[in-house]
Amino acid sequence: MAAATVQTCATPPHRPRSSRQRRPAARAGAAHPSAGRATLAALELRGLTRRYGERLALADVSVSVEDGQTLAVLGPNGAGKTTLLRLLATLLRPHAGEVSVLGHRLPEDGWAVRGRIGLLGHDPLLYRELSARENLQLYAALHGVAGDRVELLLRSVAMERRAQEPLRTLSRGMVQRVAVCRALLHDPELLLLDEPRANLDPAASELVEPLIGRESGRTRVIVSHDPVGAVAEADLVLGLVRGRVRVLATAAELDPESLVELYR
Amino acid sequence: MRTTTSRPADAPRTSTVVAALLRKELRVELRSFEAVPAMSLFSVTTFVLFHFALQRNALSGELASGVLWVTLLFAAVLGINRLFVADAEQGGFDGFLLSPAGRSALLYSKALTLLAYLIVLELVAVPGFALLLLQPALWPALPGLLAVLALGDLGIVVIGTLVGALAVRTSVRDLLGPMVSLPLLVPVLLCAARASSPVLASARAGALPLRWLLTLALYDLVFGLITFAVFDFLLED
Repeated sequence: MAAATVQTCATPPHRPRSSRQRRPAARAGAAHPSAGRATLAALELRGLTRRYGERLALADVSVSVEDGQTLAVLGPNGAGKTTLLRLLATLLRPHAGEVSVLGHRLPEDGWAVRGRIGLLGHDPLLYRELSARENLQLYAALHGVAGDRVELLLRSVAMERRAQEPLRTLSRGMVQRVAVCRALLHDPELLLLDEPRANLDPAASELVEPLIGRESGRTRVIVSHDPVGAVAEADLVLGLVRGRVRVLATAAELDPESLVELYR
Repeated sequence: MRTTTSRPADAPRTSTVVAALLRKELRVELRSFEAVPAMSLFSVTTFVLFHFALQRNALSGELASGVLWVTLLFAAVLGINRLFVADAEQGGFDGFLLSPAGRSALLYSKALTLLAYLIVLELVAVPGFALLLLQPALWPALPGLLAVLALGDLGIVVIGTLVGALAVRTSVRDLLGPMVSLPLLVPVLLCAARASSPVLASARAGALPLRWLLTLALYDLVFGLITFAVFDFLLED
């Protein structure tokens, strides 16, 4: 494995506190019975293991991410990156180990964090027969969000003019922009991003940058196949190969070129 | 006690979520025409096939009742199979699970959607049946038949929603749906066919056999409770 591999959970220095972090801490957490179990880390994984039948998708993954930090998850196809995101999003259950998200243990307290996570994955999670506006209005109702936020987000990604057209008539880049709106509609504290700039042209990437980029101030987990780009916007880097941790280091310690070894 | 399917105190109201999901179902079906037209066309085609296969222009009593309910049941299975497909294929299922909305909202919206499918199906199928196969006039039999249809639909709805949710997360959902739903629907078929048989024989609404109607209502109630109890857990990984 690469010489740069660092098996440590070292935490990088804090970035300046963002406006995002001035929001009321743990929006729903204070009132919850499990609030007493709250931890400082936004994400805490210890020995996380997940199988699909006999196949190990994730094996003994441990990592800690503090509030406002960005974790980049790298690795070849089938490394377990998407499984990790789905576990953090409460869509999958861990088979072993401990998972804490926003101070709540999963899967037991999944109900407490669902509305505080934004997932932007391979699938846009949008209905093709509905328009962008109708899709977002549906998700606004599911999250108890006011309708005017739909319009605000559509404007922020320059989709207000095409917002009434069925999604099946839009380009993949436009659908991705709507998916960004969907993931951010409820103003989540934790963003789980799987190749978030896929299908976006440079102009569209710029549009979504304030929403999902480092300047959003949110805690982020980014899955990427671009080691250089991912390390540039991360605080921590997790490299997976066949579900096992091969690299875990602060971004400052890593030479992005050495991460190419993950893919060999 | 909290469970993994509990919802936070600031979650949206169930009625609001159900209304939003129903609007979505209506829009998707009106724009894709994937379920109801297939169900309706299937039922009318089946009546035509029975018309030629039995070589009879007129059916009444038990035979009429059996033909009507078997056709409605198979047409309903088409709808059950389509009930969760758009959600599973287009990610709406995950989108819903990621929200803090109560899981029961999905149950209510899907049950109401399937009920709407069945009502539209019967608006097409029952007149078609009367036109192609039924010997007694439909109008005198209609009040009694509507009572049986209502209870039969309720049974199909609770079982169909349960099986649809069970099958949708498997890779063999097209096979699993009918394989599981049809055996569970046999008591519904039996009770509904027995209950509507005298209505379709004599064309008198007063001839409804209460015993079969009560049995059907009891079966609906039992499966309604089972569906309500287990639905949340079917949605979990």
